[in-house]
Amino acid sequence: MTEANAIAPDAKPRLPRGVRLTHSEAQGGWVLLAPERIFKADAIAHEILKRCTGEVTFQAIVDDLAATFNAPRERISADVTALLHGLADKKLLEL
Amino acid sequence: MAENGSVATHKPLGLLAELTHRCPLGCPYCSNPLALEKREDELDTATWARVFGEAAALGVLQCHLSGGEPAARRDLPEIVASAREAGLYTNLITSGVGVTTRTIRDLWEAGLDHVQISIQDSDAVSSDRIAGYRGAFARKCALAAEVKRLGLPLTVNLVIHRANIERIGAMVDLALSLQATRVEIAHVQYYGWALKNRAALMPTREQVARATTEVEALRQRHHGKIVIDAVVPDYHARYPKPCVGGWGRRSLNVTPSGKVLPCHAAESIPGLEFWNVRDHSLADIWIGSPAFNAFRGTDFLPEPCASCERREADFGGCRCQAFALTGDARATDPVCHLSPRHDLVTELAAVQTDEPYQYRR
Repeated sequence: MTEANAIAPDAKPRLPRGVRLTHSEAQGGWVLLAPERIFKADAIAHEILKRCTGEVTFQAIVDDLAATFNAPRERISADVTALLHGLADKKLLEL
Repeated sequence: MAENGSVATHKPLGLLAELTHRCPLGCPYCSNPLALEKREDELDTATWARVFGEAAALGVLQCHLSGGEPAARRDLPEIVASAREAGLYTNLITSGVGVTTRTIRDLWEAGLDHVQISIQDSDAVSSDRIAGYRGAFARKCALAAEVKRLGLPLTVNLVIHRANIERIGAMVDLALSLQATRVEIAHVQYYGWALKNRAALMPTREQVARATTEVEALRQRHHGKIVIDAVVPDYHARYPKPCVGGWGRRSLNVTPSGKVLPCHAAESIPGLEFWNVRDHSLADIWIGSPAFNAFRGTDFLPEPCASCERREADFGGCRCQAFALTGDARATDPVCHLSPRHDLVTELAAVQTDEPYQYRR
C-alpha cells in the first residue's frame, strides 16, 4: 500500500444512494446491490460495510474491527483500505 | 468479494419487467418484438406486486423496470414501491420522455434505487433524428438533472451505430456533465425491429476498431470518475456473447402481458412454449416451463461447441441470433469465428447503406 492510497483517518465512508447492503434468504448470504452489479459480501466484507454509515470515521472503523476480532490493527487497516478503495473506484462508496 | 457469478448459480438474479410496449420514441434499433403487446393486455398493479414477491423468493435481487417506456404506466410509483417492498433493487430504464418532475419525485419517494436514461447522441439534432422525436434530447437532459437533484445514481445508456460511432468521446463527456456515475456503451444488437435497419445502422470494420481503442482510452482517462461498461459489437466479435449469462440460468423476463421469457428476444424462436404469470407461479415457470428448459446447459450444443473449452463460458452464444441467421436455434452462434456459418456474419457486417431509417411507429 502506497502513501497515495491511504485513506484519511477522519474520512467517513458511506454507501451512496443506490448502493445497498442486503441479506438474501434465497441466495443464502449478504449481498451488495448496485447499478447493474451484484457483489456477494463474505463475512469480512459484511463486517466492514455495515460500519460504513457515513457517521463513523475510518480510524474508528479500524479500531472497532481490530478490537472485535482481536486482530493486528495494521492488517485490518490494509484490508479495509483495499476493499474501500476498490469500491470507491467503481463509484460504489463515498470516502 | 466476488462479482456476479459467484452468487449461487441456477437461481435467477435479475428480473427484466417489461411494464409496457408503449413508447413515444421511434428508434430504428428497437429490440422489442415486431408484434407489440397491447395496452389492454398489460398486467395490472397487483399482479406485478405478486410477481416481484415470487421473484424475490426465487433468489432475484434486482429488478429492471423497462418497456417500451415504463413511465407510460400511470401506476409506475406503486409498481416501484411494491418491488422495493419485496426487497428488490429497483432500476428504472427510461427514454426520459414522458417522465415528469412529479413522476420522478414520486418514484424517489417510492424507493427507486437507480435510473438509466438512454441518450441517442451528443449532438441534440442528431439525437432527436435517431430517436424520431423532436425535443427528446432536451427532455432527457432535464430528467438527468432532476435525477441528480434528488441524489439518485444515474447511468447513461449510449446505443452505438453508424450515425454516432465517431462521437463516443463526446457522448461520454456529455454523461460526465450530467453527473452520471456509469455509462453503458452498447453497440446495436440486431433483433426485432433492428433487423429492418441493419444496413443503415451497421458501422464499418474500421469504425468499430477505432471505437474499441477509443473506449479503452476513455476508461483509463476517466478512471474513478465514471464507470464505462461496453457491450462488444456482435457482428465484429471473434467469440459470441454468453446469451443472458446462460439460458435459464441468471435472469428472466416478464412481458407486458405476463409471458415469462428466458431472454427478451426469445419469442423470435418458433416452437417455444412460454408460460404466463397469470397461470403459473414464477418458481413453477423457472423450473418447469418448456421454454426455460429448451436450451439449459450445454448438452444440446453441436460441434464445434461440444468440444470447445469456452463451452461453459459462452454457452455457444445467443440462441436467438443462431436462429435468426442460420434458421437453427441449436446451432453455434455464427458470430463465433469457429462457426461453420461465420461467413454469414462477415457478409452482413460488410453491408452498409445511407438509406433513411424505417422508424418504429
